Amino acid sequence: MNLFRRKIPLAPLEYTRRTSMRIWVGLVLFFLYAPLVTLVAFSFNDSRRNIVWRGFTTKYYEKALNNESLMTALGNSITIAAIATVVSVVLGALAAVMLWRFRFPFKAAWEGALALPIVVPEICMGVAMLAFFAKLDLPQDLAWPLNLGQITIAHITFCFPFVTMVVRSRLSSFNREEEEAAKDLGATEWQALRDVLLPHMKPGLIAGALLAFTLSLDDFVITFFTSGPNTITFPVKVYSMVRFSVTPEVNAASAMVIALTVILTSLALKLQSRMGALAQGH
Amino acid sequence: MSDASPIISIRNVTKRFKGAPSPAVDDVSLDIMPGEFFVLLGPSGCGKTTLLRMIAGFEIPTEGQILIDGQDMALVPPNKRPVNMVFQSYAVFPHMTVAQNVGYGLKIARMPSDEIDTRVREALELVKLDGLAGRRPDQLSGGQRQRVALARSLIMRPKVLLLDEPLSALDAKLRAQMQFELADLQDEVGITFITVTHDQDEALSMAGRIAVMNKGDIAQLATPSDLYEFPANRFVADFVGSVNIFEGTLTLDEPDRAAVDCPGLGKVYLNHGVTGAHGSQVWIALRPEKLYLHVPGEGKAVREAARDAPEGHNFARGTIKGMSYLGDITLYEIRLESGAMIRVSRPNLSRRDQEDFTWDDRVSMHWRADSPVVLLS
Amino acid sequence: MEDWKRGRAMFATVAAAPLTWLTLFFIIPMAVVWLYSFGTNRGLTDIDISGTLVNYQRALEPLYLGIFAKSLVVAGITTVICLVVGFPVALAIVFSTDRWKPWLLLAIMLPFWTNLLIRTYALMAVLRTEGYANQSIGWLHDRFGSIMPLVGLPAPGAYEPMNLLYNNFAVILGLVYVHLPFMVLPLYAALDRLDRSLIEASLDLGAGHIRTLLAIVAPLAAPGIISGIIITFVPALGAYLTPDLLGGPDSQMIANVIERQFKRANDWPFGAALSFLLMYATFIAIAFQAVKAKQAERRG
Repeated sequence: MNLFRRKIPLAPLEYTRRTSMRIWVGLVLFFLYAPLVTLVAFSFNDSRRNIVWRGFTTKYYEKALNNESLMTALGNSITIAAIATVVSVVLGALAAVMLWRFRFPFKAAWEGALALPIVVPEICMGVAMLAFFAKLDLPQDLAWPLNLGQITIAHITFCFPFVTMVVRSRLSSFNREEEEAAKDLGATEWQALRDVLLPHMKPGLIAGALLAFTLSLDDFVITFFTSGPNTITFPVKVYSMVRFSVTPEVNAASAMVIALTVILTSLALKLQSRMGALAQGH
Repeated sequence: MSDASPIISIRNVTKRFKGAPSPAVDDVSLDIMPGEFFVLLGPSGCGKTTLLRMIAGFEIPTEGQILIDGQDMALVPPNKRPVNMVFQSYAVFPHMTVAQNVGYGLKIARMPSDEIDTRVREALELVKLDGLAGRRPDQLSGGQRQRVALARSLIMRPKVLLLDEPLSALDAKLRAQMQFELADLQDEVGITFITVTHDQDEALSMAGRIAVMNKGDIAQLATPSDLYEFPANRFVADFVGSVNIFEGTLTLDEPDRAAVDCPGLGKVYLNHGVTGAHGSQVWIALRPEKLYLHVPGEGKAVREAARDAPEGHNFARGTIKGMSYLGDITLYEIRLESGAMIRVSRPNLSRRDQEDFTWDDRVSMHWRADSPVVLLS
Repeated sequence: MEDWKRGRAMFATVAAAPLTWLTLFFIIPMAVVWLYSFGTNRGLTDIDISGTLVNYQRALEPLYLGIFAKSLVVAGITTVICLVVGFPVALAIVFSTDRWKPWLLLAIMLPFWTNLLIRTYALMAVLRTEGYANQSIGWLHDRFGSIMPLVGLPAPGAYEPMNLLYNNFAVILGLVYVHLPFMVLPLYAALDRLDRSLIEASLDLGAGHIRTLLAIVAPLAAPGIISGIIITFVPALGAYLTPDLLGGPDSQMIANVIERQFKRANDWPFGAALSFLLMYATFIAIAFQAVKAKQAERRG
């Protein structure tokens, strides 16, 4: 029997070493990455028709970078994301401490309400924002960046519950005795909060900030309902370009955003692993 | 009856894990006979669990062969092997009742359900769990969960039952009780048991034969008493029980007598020969309970008592530096005149025996000429 | 945890800002839409909240009910495909070596972090009539076409590009493409927590791999599987961008209809009613998951 199969058989739980599994995972990764890779590759293609390879060029990057409305939109997106991140982290951290620390009337209801922006379909939140701001009827012709206020408010509303979620799970690993030790050594309530609780929350705050930044930069649907003609964000701009045709310029702009995502993600991972190493050192 | 042929035959088995510097199991050969209670004993990382898992089929040997009842298991997956395993964590399925857990293997084998019911009832009776058939695992204690795991494997009537650290998760009292029960159970069902453990008491009390493993290798294969009284090397002497080891030189070796010159202990005389070259480096292993303590002044009696070796008497002096009273015995740490430390245990035969000696007392001790074990490695 | 009365000052400090924000910018806007759903249009943005149920009645007309049903079916198919495709991937990651595991996880998560619009756009570029998919198939077609006369078969005609874009197929493919990581990550988390000796015990007792998967792994990973299903189903049900960009005229999902009421048809009360129906459907799905999770918790 042995003569026919010389290969060492696989141990039962080595699922990952099975050829069929490897092919499956390979196909799935191909499915996930092939479109993105071709998009990036063809953003360097010297052909408007964008199908056959006609040589390397960066002219579409120049074009994209010189496209004023595209760059304005990108600038708007980053501004909104930056402001939304800062406010979301503060609001999210406060809410997390509140839920973690206190018992208060209608807590379960508030807890549920805080989770709602995460689960409600984007379209529902988008129309709610549209209706709300229409009702408020705020002046539309404010100077930059005040005119981005509506979009920013909407973004903060759906970002900060995510921060709360992340920070709260971090808080659950906090040892209350550390805080008591600080108080025992003479710290006031606030000093203990600042010196003991806040440092413990830090990895959660960073993870939450990165999450909020990406979510804000990524959002299309809710922004679509809150943006006006002068407050176009990057996804909304790409949307309007994509609706008409597939152009190398859009490819180039998208490739730049993909690069930004990869950089941000690796930054996040690096920070996280350093945090992990620090946490183990304690 | 084919008692002469082994039920499990391990032939030159080596297991290397990817990225590990040395093999987990290194060229091990071993025969286990039907009906044996066999124990693999060793410190963590010695390869004992890997060996057990290779028998069960969860790891594949890099080299070598495993035969179960004469059949090569190389291409047989675990679900087709005539062995069953009791896992260290028990691996009781949390979403099934006790009866469903125990009947799982028979259900897989497509046995009619009324027959399964009967067999489950019998198996639960065997492990003294009758009446708990409808319980869920989270309503059971650790000991009961282990019995479920036992019943679940025994119901399959395997040729060999593999037990991975079966008692490690139990508290001390329960562990002592289960040691007896497992041995009784094995007697009753007559199945070959192979148990992996790092606990020497467990191994000595249950096993028919023990293989002590060290760094992927079998250090000694023997019965419990041989293992304790005739260790083959320093590793086994030190790992099984407590021991004093002194380095020395073999100065005399004849069929009926031998002597070892130990710088730490002095000259050690034996009333039997050892097989070693004159002047070779050896080690003397001396168990603490094999030393007799005397108060100073009893010197003459000591010398008389120790006069059982043809060449001289086994005798040493020292000062008590540490004591721990353990109830049944008292353990003494004694600094010998050479400066080396030796451990001596003394049974408390009467209620005030522990008051005979105290810190900084000068004491003498002797041992019989057949007590020391000469180790060549 | 302490009672808020024992630390009023601190409670007020941490609670005031988030609760105010949530009320002002989430609960009130939602309430406005909810009220609109019982209103009638008087002007462009002037809505009379008259307490009428007309909007809900209209939502139950066969046309809209059909779109609702279709959205449920599309989201359902998407979820099933994601589960079938994602489960082996999650399993492979769980049992991969320590060196590979973080990279595989990263490979699954990276698209998840990439802009949704860009991913959808990339898929469009692949699926277009003159896109890469048709190009590659056409190339293969021509190659094999040139071989076929050699082996005595008639040469096939010129390659007719397939219509891969702007239809229901493209919508489902796009939804799977976008939501696959949502499914893989919770499945991975659930499978990774599973005690491996349970799988080994099942194999040891004679069960094969498929049997073990069905009898042991699936029930024990059920909470993770259910949360994977919900986490995929809910956003797929409310998807706007994918059907809008990849779908044809008959691929409208409920979110597209809602958008039309607000942005083009200007029938806000009707759009509000539809949007709340979608929200209720979402809540039912989530409540179902919560109940199942509770059950699993009680068991395990």
